[in-house]
Formats: sequence, C-alpha cells, structure tokens
Amino acid sequence: MHAVIDALSWLLLAAGGLFCVIGALGLLRMPDFYTRLHAASVIETLGAGLLLLGMMLQAGLTLVTVKLVFIALLIFFTSPTATHALARAARLRGLGSIARDEDAPPSKP
Amino acid sequence: MFEIATIALLLTMAGALYRALVGPTLFDRAQAANAAGTVAVLLISVYGFLTGRPEFLDLAIVYGLLNIVGTIAVLKYFRYGDLGDPGEDAGRGEAR
Repeated sequence: MHAVIDALSWLLLAAGGLFCVIGALGLLRMPDFYTRLHAASVIETLGAGLLLLGMMLQAGLTLVTVKLVFIALLIFFTSPTATHALARAARLRGLGSIARDEDAPPSKP
Repeated sequence: MFEIATIALLLTMAGALYRALVGPTLFDRAQAANAAGTVAVLLISVYGFLTGRPEFLDLAIVYGLLNIVGTIAVLKYFRYGDLGDPGEDAGRGEAR
C-alpha cells in the first residue's frame, strides 16, 4: 500500500513540477501582458494543485496535511484576486492588448 | 521524489525573475513578482518536505499572505497614484 502511495505522489509531484515549468515557459513566451496572465495562472492552479496534492499524499492524515490544505485554500482564494487586480489595474491604466490592434471594429462579446 | 519538484520550481522561479527583469511594462513586473511569490510558497513547502522539517509549511502560509498583500499594495499605488493617505478625508475613495 505504501508503495502505491509513494508512486502516486511521485507522479503528482512530477506532473505539478511539469505544469509549473510550462507556466513559466508561457510567462516568458507569451506576446502580451494579458496572455501572460493566463500563463501565470497555469502555475497557480495546476502546478500548485498537483504539487500540494502530492505532498498531502506523502504526509498522510497528520497536522502537516492540515497545513497543506490551508496553503491550498490560500492559493485558491488569493491567486484569482491578484490576477483580477492585475488585469484591472493594467486595463484602467490604459495598457493596450494585441487583440485590440488586429480587429479594427470592436468585436462584439 | 522531491528533488524533481524542487528543480522544476527553481526553473519556474528563474523564469518569473527573468520576466520581472525584462518585463516591458510595470504590470509585467508586478505580475512576475506575484508569480514568484506563489512559486516561493511552493518552494518552501517542497523544501520543507525534502529536508523533513514540517515547520516550513508555517513559513509558506505566512509568505503567501505577505505576497498577496504586497501585490495588492503595489497595484493600488500604481492605479490610484497613492495608497490613500488616511490623513486627508478618508471617505473619498474614487479613482483620481
């Protein structure tokens, strides 16, 4: 049973690390601020989620798992808020986005 | 097992710091700082597991809280020009 948990948490940790690197790659490669916001949120959702899940498996039912749940809840609530604040501040500050330049008439939602 | 996650997180942190360094606009840097903060939270947690010291998770929680407060403060400053001096009439909150 222990080997199954180890293998599963190893898989989760590797996948979480992979998604973190993919998010960082997107952070670097994306052409525009708003698209980079999307890439950065990949780190906070999938990367953090899988990593924390893998660590929870490793820790079992102890106080450490409770702390990990709190970290997950913290990231769950604060990262969308931060992303929204970032996008709103940039938008109100007049930061243009590449989508605007291509289609001349404002695209209907 | 945790080595892979640590290396991946260090790469992510390097990417975020590079974006902070080179980011053309101010908001890229604020976003990179926010991403770096989240990666730091994860890095502290994974490192705590790597060295078998569960106290690191408390550090991660506190660092996560500080990170969000810092990001919001930076954004508020650059959106409204100042952090709203409580000395003047504090009730007025609209965007100048």
